[in-house]
Amino acid sequence: MIDRVARFGRFWLDALERFGRAQLFLARSLGAMPSLIPRFPLLIQQLYASGVMTLSIILVSGLFVGMVLALQGYNLLQGFGAEAALGQAVALTLVRELGPVVTGLLFAGRAGSAMTAEIGLMKATEQLSGLEMMAVDPFKRVYAPRLFAGFLALPMLAAMFSAVGVLGGYLVGVEVLGVDAGAYWSNMQSSVAFVEDVCQGLIKALVFGLVVSWIAIFEGADCIPTSEGVSAATTRTVVYSSLSVLGLDFVLTAIMF
Amino acid sequence: MSTAQANGVPDATSVRPEGDEALVRVRDLHFARGRKKIFQGMTFEVPRGKITTIIGPSGTGKTTLLKMIGGQLKPSQGSIEFDGQNVAKLNRKALYALRKRMGMLFQSGALLTDLSVFENIAFPLREHTDLPDSLISHLVLMRLHAVGLRGARDLYPAELSGGMARRAALARALVFDPMMIMYDEPFTGQDPISMGVLLELIHTVNHALGLTSLMVSHDLAEALSISDHVVIISEGVVVEAGSPEQLRASPSEWTQQFLNGSPDGPVPFQLPAPDYAFELLGTSTATGSDR
Repeated sequence: MIDRVARFGRFWLDALERFGRAQLFLARSLGAMPSLIPRFPLLIQQLYASGVMTLSIILVSGLFVGMVLALQGYNLLQGFGAEAALGQAVALTLVRELGPVVTGLLFAGRAGSAMTAEIGLMKATEQLSGLEMMAVDPFKRVYAPRLFAGFLALPMLAAMFSAVGVLGGYLVGVEVLGVDAGAYWSNMQSSVAFVEDVCQGLIKALVFGLVVSWIAIFEGADCIPTSEGVSAATTRTVVYSSLSVLGLDFVLTAIMF
Repeated sequence: MSTAQANGVPDATSVRPEGDEALVRVRDLHFARGRKKIFQGMTFEVPRGKITTIIGPSGTGKTTLLKMIGGQLKPSQGSIEFDGQNVAKLNRKALYALRKRMGMLFQSGALLTDLSVFENIAFPLREHTDLPDSLISHLVLMRLHAVGLRGARDLYPAELSGGMARRAALARALVFDPMMIMYDEPFTGQDPISMGVLLELIHTVNHALGLTSLMVSHDLAEALSISDHVVIISEGVVVEAGSPEQLRASPSEWTQQFLNGSPDGPVPFQLPAPDYAFELLGTSTATGSDR
């Protein structure tokens, strides 16, 4: 019994200690941000790796999510004779919720796991130690560019997800189901507020970008440098990032909307 | 009395090469990973301008020792001085300045996989200097020529053999003209030709450029053939240190076991285990634990 209590206590102590290390890691990574000014090409490179390379999956997913929203929304609104409000329903759902959240989840699966695997392999092949022994700070050369790239990329990807989703909704709602095009766009224009909806959705995406990148980079840097260790770290990145995105979405929604 | 002496083995300082000023001084080094004690009062010196080899059984902390000299790990007790500076006491800025004066050749080469061989070698120069591209190009080509890889400058690390990767890593370690280069198992997994090339390079580079080399190796014959000074470590302490000739003539059983590769001796063949007869037959013997 005492052994179980001790193990339970040790588990939570280890978890707390790791969370503390992750916070120090984030603080050092943020502190290394000014070093990105002379290393601007590294940021572009990471924006390409985490942003551009994730774009296709975001666009395709956004299109289908918008189409499904239009389909479901039309069936619901038709019962009240309010199918003209379809544009408003699709746009608000995407901009406020599904844009940032689904993009965050997809970003964690595609770019986050890639970041963890890359950094984990760099650790396993002693590249990180090699950088340190060459007097090059991995926080400046490896972690900060990836963290900032993720922070910038996710809002842009979320915006594109929402834009394509709105187009998907248009294709199904207007072209297939026959909702009036003017009503679709004008209702959307009149009901979606820039500050309350678009900007707050953007804030969510910025937070998700920071958190997902932080988790991905920390898991890579903190992994056991073996093939099993890198594999486990990649899994943890996807699990922790997804849960964080969903949990933070609730918190941010409760605070902002 | 040091731990080494307390354990009945000679203290490294007692066989310090005369007339040689030490570049690295390791004193009473203690370090543990969890409950496992890696170093328990290790003391030795690395003479300036010489090739020093550290040998010892697997898992005895040789690579850890190199990392501690490089300041990647801190001792729990004792000190490591590099050129008069206590490595563990330096702040990050001073430590990075110190690392510019030491190169390290990792067992895997540790080349950056997203950069070509040329860019890998140019990397420290681009990071730490504002030299023009033309000068960087000359410096890189000179180092590549020295290790025989000028023809591989556009290849990526994944396209190199193990031996070529280590030669490229050696060129990178040399590009900043360090005072000392540390080699972590440079000969492991090398074919005879690659091993010969690396031996020749380490020897030539050390003497031509006036460096100090500190090598960790299991390949005794090869390592001793180019070493000026050898340090044997086991169970967290220095067992013996001296020139290869001194060690070959040593009466120490530890030293002779290492040099002759004997399977049993002071480093036992059997790890400590419960009584053998008891485990097999379920009955205890009078002799107790069976080695």
